[in-house]
Amino acid sequence: MSLTRRQFIQIGGAALGGAAVASGLTTKWWGLDRNPIPDPGTEGDVVVASFCELCFWGCGVKAHVKDGRVTKVVGNPDHPLSRGMLCPRGAGANGMLYDPDRLKKPLVRRQKRGEDVFEEVSWDAALNRVGEGLLEVKRKHGPEAVALFTHGSGGSWFKHFMKAWGSPNVGAPSYAQCRGPREAGFLLTFGMPLGSPEPIDITNSRVITLIGSHLGENMHNTQVQELAEALGKGAQLVVVDPRFSVAAGKARHWLPIKPGTDIALLLAWMNVIISEGRYDAEYLAKHATGLEELKAHVADKTPEWAWPHTGIRPDLIRETARFIASARPASLIHPGRHVVWYGDDTQRARAMAILAALLGSWGHQGGYISFGKMGAPAYPISKPFPHPEKSVADRPKAGSYPIGGEVIASGLCDASVPGSALYDLKAWIVYGCNLMQALPSRKQTTDAIQALDLIVTVDILPAEIAGWSDVVLPESTYLERDDDLSAPAYKQPFLALRQEVVPPMYDSKPGWWIAKELAGRVGLGDYFPWKDARECVDTRLRAGGFDVAAARARGVVLGKPVATCVEEGLPVTIPTDSKKIELRSEQLAKLGFDALPSYYPQEEGPPGHFRMLMGRAPTHTFGRTTNNRLLSQPYPENEVWVNADVAKGLPGFAGPLRSGDLVMLVNQDGARSGPVRAKVTERIRGDCVYLVHGWGQTAKQLRYAYKRGASDSELVTRYKVDPIMGGTGMNVNFVKLEPAEQAV
Amino acid sequence: MNTRHAMAVDTVRCVGCNACVISCKTENALPDGGFRDWITTEVYGKFPSLWMQIRSERCNQCSNPSCVDACPTGASNVNQGGTVLVTRSKCTGCKACIAACPYGARYVHPEGYVDKCTFCLHRVNAGKQPACVETCPTKTLTFGDLADPDSAVSRLVAARKNIVLLPESGNKPNVFFLTASS
Repeated sequence: MSLTRRQFIQIGGAALGGAAVASGLTTKWWGLDRNPIPDPGTEGDVVVASFCELCFWGCGVKAHVKDGRVTKVVGNPDHPLSRGMLCPRGAGANGMLYDPDRLKKPLVRRQKRGEDVFEEVSWDAALNRVGEGLLEVKRKHGPEAVALFTHGSGGSWFKHFMKAWGSPNVGAPSYAQCRGPREAGFLLTFGMPLGSPEPIDITNSRVITLIGSHLGENMHNTQVQELAEALGKGAQLVVVDPRFSVAAGKARHWLPIKPGTDIALLLAWMNVIISEGRYDAEYLAKHATGLEELKAHVADKTPEWAWPHTGIRPDLIRETARFIASARPASLIHPGRHVVWYGDDTQRARAMAILAALLGSWGHQGGYISFGKMGAPAYPISKPFPHPEKSVADRPKAGSYPIGGEVIASGLCDASVPGSALYDLKAWIVYGCNLMQALPSRKQTTDAIQALDLIVTVDILPAEIAGWSDVVLPESTYLERDDDLSAPAYKQPFLALRQEVVPPMYDSKPGWWIAKELAGRVGLGDYFPWKDARECVDTRLRAGGFDVAAARARGVVLGKPVATCVEEGLPVTIPTDSKKIELRSEQLAKLGFDALPSYYPQEEGPPGHFRMLMGRAPTHTFGRTTNNRLLSQPYPENEVWVNADVAKGLPGFAGPLRSGDLVMLVNQDGARSGPVRAKVTERIRGDCVYLVHGWGQTAKQLRYAYKRGASDSELVTRYKVDPIMGGTGMNVNFVKLEPAEQAV
Repeated sequence: MNTRHAMAVDTVRCVGCNACVISCKTENALPDGGFRDWITTEVYGKFPSLWMQIRSERCNQCSNPSCVDACPTGASNVNQGGTVLVTRSKCTGCKACIAACPYGARYVHPEGYVDKCTFCLHRVNAGKQPACVETCPTKTLTFGDLADPDSAVSRLVAARKNIVLLPESGNKPNVFFLTASS
């Protein structure tokens, strides 16, 4: 007789059961008492409404506190961006709050910069040191020589400090290292940048085209909610990506494009849509200029022309062009977000904007819509603010990057190398952004830091940048502090409140307190008249006529939903100077750039090398969450994605590379990553590899994340600057793979 | 008619973000490395002709639960609405249920007992949705009573093409994975 595994286990179970009966007689639980429904007891005694800071989207949360501990963080149903739902990072906030590696005390550097040797000091000593350092820089070089790098809502207090101090040098890597080219491209075409949240109507789109955007892995909560809603209503996806992304897996059409050739595809799509008369002629006649020039420009950019560049078959280019046009105007060319790829990124964003214009989707439901903004009066400050005498130092001395909406963070870094910019920057305040991973070329960043008189970091974790700082100030996490009101533009305008859920742990302090204390030490106390952040916000709310108690209980104040598109009664508005969509950009022509986007082939890598592409995982916000033990359970480290066919015969490998094998990545300049596991997959082209950004931390104090996975940042030794707006294109590095045992 | 707790998981909507996993871990105060739900990604085909399905998976709360049959102490039990629970005080951590479960839905808690998805009955009985359902940004998950033909889960299972995992196990799972119609 042969037993199946299941039968065997049941027999085994019966035998064990006999034993249990025997023991049960003495322990009196055997089968007599009821089987209870377990309650984990995580419901809070106190529930506080606030908004999240695990990424920068700002979703409304409700934090449950039991016996003084945050047990769970859930979505606030009243908040328009979360609608009661959270992404994994938001739900994993207590992994950040209770991270054992948090900065606990103010630190002052005791060895050379970068050696990461610090002494714990009192807040008084640390702030005095920073205050004296800043005043010294001001005496020698003027207030403008101080720069602030900032990312996150607590940064508003430090921006306020800079306004009072008198320096215009306030930048965030989220512009020139992220969405900047897109802002420039849409500004040139439609007269306005998009900002965040992007004013797009995913919910009502019938065809959504993603160009290198991996929404779903890139986890902007509201957009992913809307994407699922649209898919549920039968919307179709067209996904252009060298990688079979999560979105590609749901797409009607996946176009596995050769990296760096998107503009060729976009021109060919325009060629089909124009030559077959599939564009919205009436809309363009009314709202756009330059159609004839565009027609002539793309007349020879046929799908057959694009094929050898992109690797996408002409019939597929035609079919997808027709498919995209068939849903207009509810056909959304998603603008993407992290778009600093090849240095021609503004022109690619222009091509996407022009395509959106051909579809008539600007101003229409299912396309680009208009948001409203709610405000509350500023806290009254009687003292006038100083006017900086010098302009921002984020451009080279010779001048360049004429289309800039925001300060170029990498430019501020460059301006700290003496003699590079109009004047030298001598001190940095770094709030909540790990510049070592955010800026390209780590060597350039450390060279700039070594030339500074003072560098101060305000952060919750000992990120890599903290190790290079003179003074490190431990901020409280968002769950331990109040901040200023959040009021992003949205279809449902709102104000959201950041509220302390539990008191600050260790010797950490809220950003508002740090900024106010620092201001007091440099003679700027009058600019910080509020008692604390809560009093500041309450005053603003009262001045706006809002019910403070209700706002604090609910965590949000909702405004009236605004009309967002033609279908809701809002006429199409184009805020360019000409009041028309500029298909051909006169402004670019005058500046000596291509007035219509053209495709230029990218440089290829050395033989045996793969183009390195970077992206996001839904469980992580770059390096900010890689040390979060909760979030790292389902996603413990990044992997390098390698095409399955390529993995069979990699040079230097004895046999085929398999998933889970450790490899080293070595770039064209000899920069090496630490060992990283391979993910051998059909889901990527053979000419590139892919890494999730933010891993391979070199900060030893991040005990979980230290050297876990590979750092793409260490391999970005080269970048191509977008001449139009100064963005740093980072997809221009190539790596080869080596077995990890060869590592030195 | 008796309540039959069930769940529909819409694979068209799911992006595999793990919000269900993290919210389950905090709601149920799970230990490090312990999971009551998880994401499975299946990929078929050769580049560039690929098919992928992403599933938020958990205990299937089977109508014929082999884990309950296998439990020697009566710790694993069929509870309210057919939900399979483990009574910690009765569990010796022998792992017979883990071997008997075709779905890998159980793990040993560091405190010595076996742990698994409860459909968050402590929440359901308070009139709330399971934690994973509440947080899911894509509204992939629908929990409800399969015995009630008008419930949202019944309607979805009736209207949409769906699969259960390993139907050949004979366990009669009550978690249904909705797929694209074409």
